[in-house]
Amino acid sequence: MQLTINGKPRSFDAEQLSVAHLVELLELTGKRLAIELNAEIVPRSQFEHTLLKNNDKLEIVGAVGGG
Amino acid sequence: MSDLLKIADKTYQSRLLVGTGKYKDFAETRAAIDASGAEIITVAIRRTNIGQTAGEPSLLDYLPPEEFTYLPNTAGCYSADDAVRTLRLARELLDGHKLVKLEVLGDPNTLYPNMIETITAAKTLVKDGFDVMVYCSDDPIIARQLEEIGCCAVMPLASLIGSGMGILNPWNLQIIIENAKIPVLVDAGVGTASDAAIAMELGCQGVLMNTAIAAAKNPVMMASAMKKAVEAGRDAYLAGRMPKKLYSASPSSPTTGLIT
Repeated sequence: MQLTINGKPRSFDAEQLSVAHLVELLELTGKRLAIELNAEIVPRSQFEHTLLKNNDKLEIVGAVGGG
Repeated sequence: MSDLLKIADKTYQSRLLVGTGKYKDFAETRAAIDASGAEIITVAIRRTNIGQTAGEPSLLDYLPPEEFTYLPNTAGCYSADDAVRTLRLARELLDGHKLVKLEVLGDPNTLYPNMIETITAAKTLVKDGFDVMVYCSDDPIIARQLEEIGCCAVMPLASLIGSGMGILNPWNLQIIIENAKIPVLVDAGVGTASDAAIAMELGCQGVLMNTAIAAAKNPVMMASAMKKAVEAGRDAYLAGRMPKKLYSASPSSPTTGLIT
């Protein structure tokens, strides 16, 4: 499966992939983050149930220092 | 007598709001924020560094959201759409948190706000249920319009972001403060403690700063100086200063009983 994550192409060796599984594969489990899938926010409660498709675009963001 | 800062129905002891950027490391960030006494701290929303070593500390480990009121910002956004999108992500990130700092920039050299885009974004965000504290130019009409839209605080610049030039137009700030029914906070441009004190003496409800503390030689000491300056300025404002009197000096000591 081909995905674009934070502007970079990435391929995953999986037929079916949920957002929750993706978070695990990216070693982001337990981190505070928010995810947009094709410019729509995926609520954290929906990570398990949201399945990704080929060529989906994701933004994964967190809080950093800023003024 | 309690003199609290009230923003969107929540009260705060501290009138100093601080940013969390530009520090040497998270430990210094935390130490400076502790010294500042700030309860509201701004954060930026950025793409997560994927492939980052798991377990590497993050800002949130040093500044737990349970301990502070986070004020996610839209720094770096140049359009209303990007700003709205960023703050919706922030709301999801912070479990439905509504208080946000809107800033839409117009130019990368000056970081001067684009008020047309800012107003567009403010309308959308207020409708969407956000409590919007808005970074703006020091134009009294713009400030009034932002209040009419339903923003919970207006935050005019004292001078350009990160410039440390201090308060360049106290007269405009005064007009904005006199007319506003929502809190007016100075955001951006404070360079040193006296600037913060002047902002408070003008009647600002608070001051938001980042670089003035983070770029000081000793950020922790400057954070403490800013805390005192904001408190001193507020007290001076409430106390009501003596009138300025040119050419009519009045001695403080008795004019009678002088030896001859």
